[in-house]
Amino acid sequence: MSEETFTVSVWRGDDEVGRYQDYEVPRMESQTVLDVITYIQRRLDPNLSYRFACRVGVCGSCAMTVNGKPRWTCRTHVSKVIEDGRLEVAPLRNLKVIKDLSVDMTDFFDKWAKAEARFVGGSTRHDDFAKVSPDDKRRQEASAGIECIGCGVCYATCDVVAWNTEYLGPAALNRAWTLINDERDTGRLSRLKAVSGTGGCQACHSQQGCVERCPKHLNPTASIAGLKRATAMAALKGELK
Amino acid sequence: MIEETAVPSNPQTEARLWLAQRVSAMVLALCIVVHLATIIMAVQGGLSAAEIVGRVGGSEVWLVFYGVFVLAITVHAPIGLRAILNEMTKLSMGRINLLCFLAAVMLGYLGLKVAIRFYMLGGA
Repeated sequence: MSEETFTVSVWRGDDEVGRYQDYEVPRMESQTVLDVITYIQRRLDPNLSYRFACRVGVCGSCAMTVNGKPRWTCRTHVSKVIEDGRLEVAPLRNLKVIKDLSVDMTDFFDKWAKAEARFVGGSTRHDDFAKVSPDDKRRQEASAGIECIGCGVCYATCDVVAWNTEYLGPAALNRAWTLINDERDTGRLSRLKAVSGTGGCQACHSQQGCVERCPKHLNPTASIAGLKRATAMAALKGELK
Repeated sequence: MIEETAVPSNPQTEARLWLAQRVSAMVLALCIVVHLATIIMAVQGGLSAAEIVGRVGGSEVWLVFYGVFVLAITVHAPIGLRAILNEMTKLSMGRINLLCFLAAVMLGYLGLKVAIRFYMLGGA
């Protein structure tokens, strides 16, 4: 019995030199794009480089460009994205390609650090717990963006990242906004300064590609809009000097 | 690694520029509606220079309206141009700032000149 197959074009190489290489892969039920890439590496071409860990949409390490759109390959069924019996898999956009489908995430995470997207506590173990009501407006703003796992899909989607190398990107700014709304955080002003600038929140065009593509259905554009308002108010008071 | 710009951006200035562009956009939205509505109404009977001068000339109301319109453009357009030049060219921020300042001066000068000339053409 001959099994049904389909053609997968996979990027081989790096930013400088590379090409798409075609592979014939057997079609299977409930097959994900990560299954396909894994099949190619294990059965057809062990030289293929790619990155994954959890396989179930928790770690965010397997994001790639599938038929032109950045996605988590582990949570993308072939049946949902296959076009005319073909699949094209490339590395994430806007990041340096190490080899084949593996990208260097250094810039992405450096920008989180640059946006001061880390919690700055002000209390000690001797202080009581902060009491934050789930109904609190700021808590709700923070909760809306808190589930980001740093997969880089929004960063790869964003045209502003492509145009402006300084731009911190949707994920870092989204994280900064959740911290601005964290009752316990004490790094507010320093963080607002960090996210305001030619590479900061004001650079966002509100195109909402990040909203369209975020696998966690977050809304980084709304978070960035929050940062724009917060930095504008702080600038009016002269707090961003 | 992330490239550092030659002229580091000032967080306070950037946030204020953003706010200035948003506020001027609100003014522009109103001005453009009035401007377009006036054009549509004015061309109903055919468009002539005499008709325009007859309406706008000597009118303090139109002078203030177009003065505000021009000032809003003078604030709004160069800030947008600055963002575009930063994204689309390799020019340094220092040069971009200079170019956009010149654009603001040109827009303000030419725009106000037209508004004032039209005012002076009409009336007693």
